[in-house]
Amino acid sequence: MRRYFGRKLLTYSITFFVAATIDWLIPRFMPGDPVASLVARTNGISPEAAQALSDYYYNLFGLNQPLPAQYLNFWGSLLHGNLGLSVYGHGTPVTDMIMRAVPYTLALLVPAILLSWWAGNSFGALAARRRWLDSTVLPLGYILTATPYMWLAIVLSFVLGYTLRWFPFSGGYGFNLEPSLTWLYFTDLVAHWVLPFLSLFLVGFGGWAIGMRNMIIYELESDYSRYLEVLGAPQSLVRKYAFRNAMLPQITGLALSLGVIVAGALVTEIVFSYPGVGSLVFEAIKSEDYFLLQGIFLFIIAGVLIANFLVDIAYVIVDPRTRVAMRGGTA
Amino acid sequence: MTAAPGTATAPSPPSQDAAEDATPPAKRARGEFLFFALRSKKFLIASAILLFLAFLAIFGPMIDPTDPIAQDGLPQRHPTLDPGNWFGQTYFGEDVFAQFVSGLQATFFVGFLGGGLAAAIGMAVGFTAGYRGGWTDEVLNMITNVFLVIPTLAVLLVITSYLQARGVLFEAIFIGMTSWPWAARAIRAQTFSLRSRDFIDLAKLSGRGSWKIIVTEIAPNMSSYLFLTFILLFGGAILIAASLDFIGLGPTGGLSLGLMMFNSVTYGAALQLGIWWWFIPPGIGIMAVVGALYVMNVGLDEIFNPKLRET
Repeated sequence: MRRYFGRKLLTYSITFFVAATIDWLIPRFMPGDPVASLVARTNGISPEAAQALSDYYYNLFGLNQPLPAQYLNFWGSLLHGNLGLSVYGHGTPVTDMIMRAVPYTLALLVPAILLSWWAGNSFGALAARRRWLDSTVLPLGYILTATPYMWLAIVLSFVLGYTLRWFPFSGGYGFNLEPSLTWLYFTDLVAHWVLPFLSLFLVGFGGWAIGMRNMIIYELESDYSRYLEVLGAPQSLVRKYAFRNAMLPQITGLALSLGVIVAGALVTEIVFSYPGVGSLVFEAIKSEDYFLLQGIFLFIIAGVLIANFLVDIAYVIVDPRTRVAMRGGTA
Repeated sequence: MTAAPGTATAPSPPSQDAAEDATPPAKRARGEFLFFALRSKKFLIASAILLFLAFLAIFGPMIDPTDPIAQDGLPQRHPTLDPGNWFGQTYFGEDVFAQFVSGLQATFFVGFLGGGLAAAIGMAVGFTAGYRGGWTDEVLNMITNVFLVIPTLAVLLVITSYLQARGVLFEAIFIGMTSWPWAARAIRAQTFSLRSRDFIDLAKLSGRGSWKIIVTEIAPNMSSYLFLTFILLFGGAILIAASLDFIGLGPTGGLSLGLMMFNSVTYGAALQLGIWWWFIPPGIGIMAVVGALYVMNVGLDEIFNPKLRET
């Protein structure tokens, strides 16, 4: 057990280290000077004041030190949770800006990932080797999984939002509301959440359903299923065993596709101007706010790594063979 | 990060059987393949769609020679049956059909090159790791895992800062270099299971070099699997390209289906003006190409692997 998780943790640490280093390079190797663009935004100040301000920011971001020292400082402040100040947010700490956006993104991602995985797998398992379900669910699944996230988002907002006016399709809550702990605000929040959630859910659902359907067919054709059938075991039992075995690759698949789902959430948020991390990325790119970008990417990497680790734990719980192997036995 | 399984298909790990059954499929009669291919509805439908779209991409500019970015004075014309206006016009009076066709070209190009490059890297890493095992395997595995979770977007941002003008070629190469990890993993697992077979031992005894054995003994025995992997990478690359175009990190010149969607949203086609004929075609185009590729993947799987054929 310790060896298994130790190795996983080592991989994740190295990944985080490499990713963070690449991330550190972003503002340093960007053409143009982020500090100059920051100062340029404070209109109408005297050249001396501008110089002072620029010096202040250089000091603040530590850009006047040699590169190796900057790199060490980066890790130092990173470990203190300090990611610098956002240009786009007019000097708001990057951490604050991200923290404001993260709840929205998580509220979209977590239910979308879990529900689409659960529903897709159940449906896929049902559809396998059942002709009428296979011929309805399957084509639908292929269409959904081949749909680009943002296109489904555009179509949903056009049909259910713009045309039918069933759901609002822009922002995280109404422009006329202030975030507060009232029923009105809460229902408005949910109404704005429905469409982005639905786009993420549907694309994921199609992929999982097809994956599961194909896996089950492999399992139903394997030797142990045949053997069970020959023994006269009821179909439902054979299917149950097939389902449990088909589950494992689907869990691995979940870990593999986390990065893509996150990227999907980013573009979906942009379509709906949903105030999550995705819209923040978009704004940061547009306004060349490299410190904000740096912070967001660190956050995404950390999030994806943590989710990967959770999947690893889930895998150990679900597959008894990994536990046997850990105790030194052979499966 | 934006690896291809992302299409979240969790691509059906091709049958372990595909490799096991294979009495070298390389030698399998071509006639047999054709026999089952022509009976597979999935394969036929998918091929028809792909051929039609490829035809459109190649000959489209001849059917409708309008310049895709020329703006005539008449904005947002509805689609009509008049020749040259089948898909209508954008807000700026550009011909949507002409844009669609040239976007389709970019889509096929990115998919083919990006998917091909990813397949090549995945094979190189997968074969080496699976065949050598030991330390080589450990190191390559680590690299694969790092690539799997690294945020591709961040890397792309750094690179885009150097390259102010980026073409479709750059995008394809970038996608190829970042979307190989899952393929490498899958190919490694397959190689691993073939490595200890008798015929490999025999090849080793005959004194052939590692690469020769990989190329002449291992690869042919999983050729169908490799081809399926390429198809999935092909489709994945197209979807990734669409996302990159959509957040403005795509090619700076030229047209693509992702860029059409980006423009239609940025200029309010979908949500303020209701110009549905601007954003519907690019989405349908991507969906049709990628969907057909996925269906073809399953169809071919059934052709290669007798166990999966519907009885």
